[in-house]
This record gives sequence, structure tokens and C-alpha cells, in this order.
Amino acid sequence: MSNELLTYISEKLKAGIGNGLLKAEMAYDFPVFEIERDSIHLAIKLLKEDPDTDFHFLTTLCGLHYPDNKGKELGLMYQLHNLPKNHRIRLKTFFPVQDPTVPTITDLFPAANWMERQEYDFYGIKFQGHPNLKRILNMDEMNYFPMRKEFPLEDATRTDKDDTMFGR
Amino acid sequence: MLTETDKYNVVQAPPGVEGSGFFATSLDKAVGLARKNSLWPLPFATSCCGIEFMATMASTYDLGRFGAERLSFSPRQADLLMVMGTIAKKMGPILRQVYEQMAEPKWVLSMGACASSGGIFDTYSVLQGIDRIIPVDVYIPGCPPRPEQVIDGILRIQDLVGKESLRRRNTPEYKALLAQYGIE
Repeated sequence: MSNELLTYISEKLKAGIGNGLLKAEMAYDFPVFEIERDSIHLAIKLLKEDPDTDFHFLTTLCGLHYPDNKGKELGLMYQLHNLPKNHRIRLKTFFPVQDPTVPTITDLFPAANWMERQEYDFYGIKFQGHPNLKRILNMDEMNYFPMRKEFPLEDATRTDKDDTMFGR
Repeated sequence: MLTETDKYNVVQAPPGVEGSGFFATSLDKAVGLARKNSLWPLPFATSCCGIEFMATMASTYDLGRFGAERLSFSPRQADLLMVMGTIAKKMGPILRQVYEQMAEPKWVLSMGACASSGGIFDTYSVLQGIDRIIPVDVYIPGCPPRPEQVIDGILRIQDLVGKESLRRRNTPEYKALLAQYGIE
């Protein structure tokens, strides 16, 4: 079933965005599509508005950071759901850390508003066209993006821990 | 009824001069006695320590036995700020505002590892101890502490309250302490 879905969605995406579809593969039982940044908005729009695919539910979206993947350090994963048919797919898009901009999908899914704010908060991904792009979970004074791998998890202000005792 | 003090656990009068029809003691001691046995705590409960605090307030442990059963959910009427649980950095300014809104005299009790030191949450989003933003009088260790420990903490607060001189809050030391935290 899932393999058929993979083929079917691949064809739909090829017809819609052409070379914007970079990769289509199964991750275990989950169809995953890698899409060019310039085509991601159009791809989601097509998948949502096409009555055949009808992915009208945005389950989640999240940021990705692979520091060793040069030119594609940062990424986004969108998980879409077709509730009547119970079809679920993942879309991924990658872009360089020097230029972390992605078109917003708040015009397609209003629920993406807070999710995109969260990804801005933790990864510094700038969503172009987002109506209110500011930090959502961390304090406003925070001056870095804590989920990027170059930043340590631990609180830098803590003084009572040292390497001998806690392995820091 | 109150003459049978061996049957009822009644707080003893402070040392003073007693005679026929009068009892004299210092105002400090009388006020301290009244204050320490009628604390109004403000529970600032953010996580599992708050659950232990609920057990402490409930019938088995019953903090009411120590005169602290009247919780104040308004900082303006509270004497004792009980911070129980992880304080995220984003929560910090709110905690500080609550502290600033409390009227003098006020005491702060930090319950559990998180409130006292950040606990296991050694991470970018968590305040590593509330004493970074407000002065703390008593720390209760534990993760979470048992209700017995909370009661012990309240008793330690009562010791402080009962012995506090009436003018302590006007002393240069106290003002310097608050100034250290940037609180007027």
C-alpha cells in the first residue's frame, strides 16, 4: 500500500513541480519526499488542493540540522495526513545555514503559524511571509538558536558542575 | 478550656514578666509569635513539588496545624512565597514580579532541587536556581521532598519569622541584599 502511495504521490509531484522533486523513498513504511526549497510551497499547495491527494491536515512540521551536510545544513520536515484515506507522507526540504529562509505555509495551514514560530525559535529558520515571526517558547532575550548543534545543551551560567564530577 | 494546655497543643507565651493581671514582654516577641503562627503562604507551584505540597496541605500532613492553612493566591496578602518546581527562564520575570508585589515582611522558601539549583534540568531554558533572581530564606532539598521535609522547611521559616526584629527590614544589610538583586 505504502509503495503504491509513494509512486502515486511521486507522479503527482513530478507533474506539479517537475525537477523540484529531488528524491522519493520509503523510510520504513513511510513515504518521504525531498523537495527543492523553491518548490516546497507549491508542492504542499498542490497536495492539499488536489481532490485526489487531498492532504488537508498538517500533522506537524519540524526543523532539522545536519552540520556536516554542506550546503544543506538546515532543513524542514512537513508531515501531511489525508484523514479520509489515512494516507500519511513526509516532505523534506534542505537549505544552507547561511541562508535559512523558507516560504511560509501559514497561508495554506493556519496551524503552521505557531509551528513555524517554534522552528524559528529553535533553529533560526526564517519563514518568509509569516505574519508574526518571533520567539514562542524561549525567552525573548535569548540571542541564539538552542537546537542548532553548535550550541551546548547545558546552561552556560551554571558554576557548581565541573568535569571531575559531572563530565562537563 | 485553654487552661488544659497539656491536652491541646497551644503555642507557649514568649518569656516576659508576669504578675497578677498583667503580662509584659517585648513587642518584637509578641509580633514574632503572631507572625510565625499565622503565615499566609503563596504557593508558586510549577511541577511535581507542587503535588507534594498538595499532600502537605491535605489532611494527613495538614500544614494547618502550624497556622499556615490559609493559602494566599494574591501576592499582596502573602507572607511566604513557596517556590515549588522548575522555573524556566521565561518564568523568571514573572516570579520576580510576584515577589516584588508581596508586602514586607516577606519570606521565600525554595522547595526541591529545581527551584534551588535547577536540579536535573541543566539546560538552556531553565533558571539554575531561583536565588539568581530573588533572595531565598530556606531551601528544602529533595526531588521532590517529602511532606515531612516541607513541614520542616516551614518550621525553619517559622524560626526566622519568630526571631526577626521589627526593624530588620529597615537595616542597611537587608537593603543591600535587595539591591544585590536589583530590587527596590
